[in-house]
Amino acid sequence: MITLTFFAPINFLDDLLLKFFSPETINNVVWPFIQIGLVVTLVAGWVAYATYLERKISAFMQARLGPMRVGPWGLLQPIADAIKLLTKEDFIPDKADRGIFFIAPYIAVASAFIVMAVIPFAPDWGIIADVNIGLLFVLAVSSVGVLALILAGWSSNSKYALLGGLRSSAQMVSYEVAMGLSLVGALMFARTLSLSGMVNAQSADSIWYVFYQPVGFLIFLVSGIAENNRAPFDLPEAESELVAGFHTEYSGMRWSLFFMAEYAAMVVVSAVAVTVYLGGWYFPFVYRFTEANGHHNLYVIVSLLVFIIKVLVVLYLYFWLRWTLPRFRYDQLMDIGWKWLIPSALINIVLSGLGIFLVQALNGWRGFKTMESISAGLNLTATGKALMIAMGLIGLIITGLLLSKITESGSSGFCQNRERQRPGLRFEIQM
Amino acid sequence: MERNRLLPSGRVGTGGGVETSRRTLHAVTQHGTGAGCPAWLALIMHQVEIATTRETLLDSPEMVLNMGPQHPSTHGVLRVILKLDGETVIDLDCDIGYLHRGMEKIAENRMYTMIAPYWDRLDYIAAVSNGLVWVETVEQMMGLVVPPRAHYLRTILTELNRIASHLLWLATHALDIGAVTVLLWALREREEILKIFERQFGARLTCHAWRIGGMPNDTYDDFEPDIRRFISNFPTRLDEYETVLSENRIWLSRTVGIGVISAEEAIAIGLSGPALRGSGVAWDIRKSRPYAAYADMDFDVPLGENGDTYDRYLVRLEEMRQSRRIVDQALDNLPDGPVNAKLPKIIKLPIGDYYHSIEGPKGEIGCYLVSDGTAQPWRVRVRPPSLINLQALKQMCLGHLVADVVAIIGTLDIVLGEIDR
Repeated sequence: MITLTFFAPINFLDDLLLKFFSPETINNVVWPFIQIGLVVTLVAGWVAYATYLERKISAFMQARLGPMRVGPWGLLQPIADAIKLLTKEDFIPDKADRGIFFIAPYIAVASAFIVMAVIPFAPDWGIIADVNIGLLFVLAVSSVGVLALILAGWSSNSKYALLGGLRSSAQMVSYEVAMGLSLVGALMFARTLSLSGMVNAQSADSIWYVFYQPVGFLIFLVSGIAENNRAPFDLPEAESELVAGFHTEYSGMRWSLFFMAEYAAMVVVSAVAVTVYLGGWYFPFVYRFTEANGHHNLYVIVSLLVFIIKVLVVLYLYFWLRWTLPRFRYDQLMDIGWKWLIPSALINIVLSGLGIFLVQALNGWRGFKTMESISAGLNLTATGKALMIAMGLIGLIITGLLLSKITESGSSGFCQNRERQRPGLRFEIQM
Repeated sequence: MERNRLLPSGRVGTGGGVETSRRTLHAVTQHGTGAGCPAWLALIMHQVEIATTRETLLDSPEMVLNMGPQHPSTHGVLRVILKLDGETVIDLDCDIGYLHRGMEKIAENRMYTMIAPYWDRLDYIAAVSNGLVWVETVEQMMGLVVPPRAHYLRTILTELNRIASHLLWLATHALDIGAVTVLLWALREREEILKIFERQFGARLTCHAWRIGGMPNDTYDDFEPDIRRFISNFPTRLDEYETVLSENRIWLSRTVGIGVISAEEAIAIGLSGPALRGSGVAWDIRKSRPYAAYADMDFDVPLGENGDTYDRYLVRLEEMRQSRRIVDQALDNLPDGPVNAKLPKIIKLPIGDYYHSIEGPKGEIGCYLVSDGTAQPWRVRVRPPSLINLQALKQMCLGHLVADVVAIIGTLDIVLGEIDR
């Protein structure tokens, strides 16, 4: 193991602060400010480089190079973009509702960034605010982002922007339902709404909830994409139909604020998915080799890296989907939300409850031992885990069957003419 | 608002309904609070008035949306005026002419050889095919015998051009429906064809490919290896597109059953090309009135069944495979010999009129030529397939959503240079 002198300054900073402030002030005021400053700066940088990443990944998928000119491998491209956007004219349409037009981008950015406050990036000082209703906070604040899109669409006084704003409001409101419902299953296992509590529950049980909750995870991912207006659900800004949707009339920095909000929201949704389903900062053996040996700060930093890597994996999934799939139509999108995701989320809740009940009922029956304890989260033995994972797979199958039933029952929407998977060409002629 | 009034359909343009109703709401609010009545009464009046204004907002369910001429997916400068109920199209009107260059009139004041470059700029995606219409019309009218090698080269290069045109169609059509990656993949293959064109004709897009009586010059040195390399790679690339699109459920749900036009309607409107064959009508000029060397070629004409966007997509993909077959055969049987016929110094056509058409990538592109016996034509009329195919837009779009309009414009594969001429 490497020595820890490198990480010593963090303790040193604590000592320095103690000379000026009381411990309470440090804990409740000074540290949070430092953390907030760090997170906002880092996330802003991350957002900028997420655009770079997306351009590079899309280039990789499309057999081209992507940004290569500014800096080595185009690494300074986001900075060049930022400078360009900052110096551009901030154009406001003549007939726009100026006040609302001004304020909408700020609402979008603020709602995306505020959510960062409750996300546990790492244990100990990696947590900014351990709110005990963290998950509700995330859902509540990120839904304020909808408001920004509606306001932007309305205030631009352009028909394309209006259509984009209305689409986005309908889309986000309906997908929020599915998103909230999909999280309930994981909550039943964690028995807490606090996000760091959920990570603790998963590390105490040494499992990621994605294994218990495959259906919930998939629903969360899909509705997360829709929530962020990313392809294939990017209808509010469907550039081929609505020019640029709700931000058609925006330019310069205001436009880029929307862009930042989109990427920040993407990071947030990935982070929540990682926290709730992929164990957050928890990774097997990290604790044993660091904290257990007395290397506390190393533990925190390795956990932070684990968290960031997991978030990047989910982000990559988002990029991948965006550059692979065509766009849904508006009515199909609504069909998926209401006819597929919400029913499957409800089934998922029922099945999760059934699974938990089964595990509890089987505990002690004929010498079965399924549970260790039930204190923080559900603490299962290997048998119990196998049972729950089996339940998760059964849930996946049942949901799939139900969805195919819904599809077959026929509707105008997404899956009409399913039997015509590959009609091919009927006949070829030789005249 | 003044600007909007100038437009023919009244409420077209930005602003319109939204702005009006908001202004009304504002006025009502001011009136309600400034009347000097008790606060509670003012509040109630305010609420009532807001409710009534809301009703006026809902009174007009229709919205007129002006799509284009500056719009990312109207494929140039097409302007479509949509009347929407929610997002459903209830009426539609096309406004064309933004790219009008008066080519038919210009042709009346040019020598026959001088007109040819204008034809390259009609359908600038398929300049090679367009150029062929003009030279073949003149050749046939003056009874010129073109050497067989020129015929074969014409076949090869127009088929390559058909592939290039269909690739660009696939790229933009997929982009309109949201599959961005296909755009760049398809352009990658089109690039290879354009490189061949560049070496053969000296231009990538507006190739002035033909001369009356044959070709300006014989092929360049690596002509055959270049094309062989392209056609050996091409089928796997086509399979790649099919992997991404053909069985993709989103693609299916966006294209199957969208923009349906029956065979009878298609014939009545006068559709041609893939738009007609997608509805199952067996009509291909390469088969029915063979020109160039098509009579010697063995190829199939793919037909759709349902006349929807997906069938037209399949037809075009299969046409690319068939074009590859034709190129392969023509290269195998490419005869030797001259590529040019002997021509008089000044071409004068006999008095009379003549119509000749070929199967362009977008449909039947024809030329009706009236000659008065001088060195300049008396009248040249282009039969532009895009313009005639565009007439089906309204029929195809009614009842669909705005997103489908974009898909349908894409599936018609129009080029505005040809529509406006």
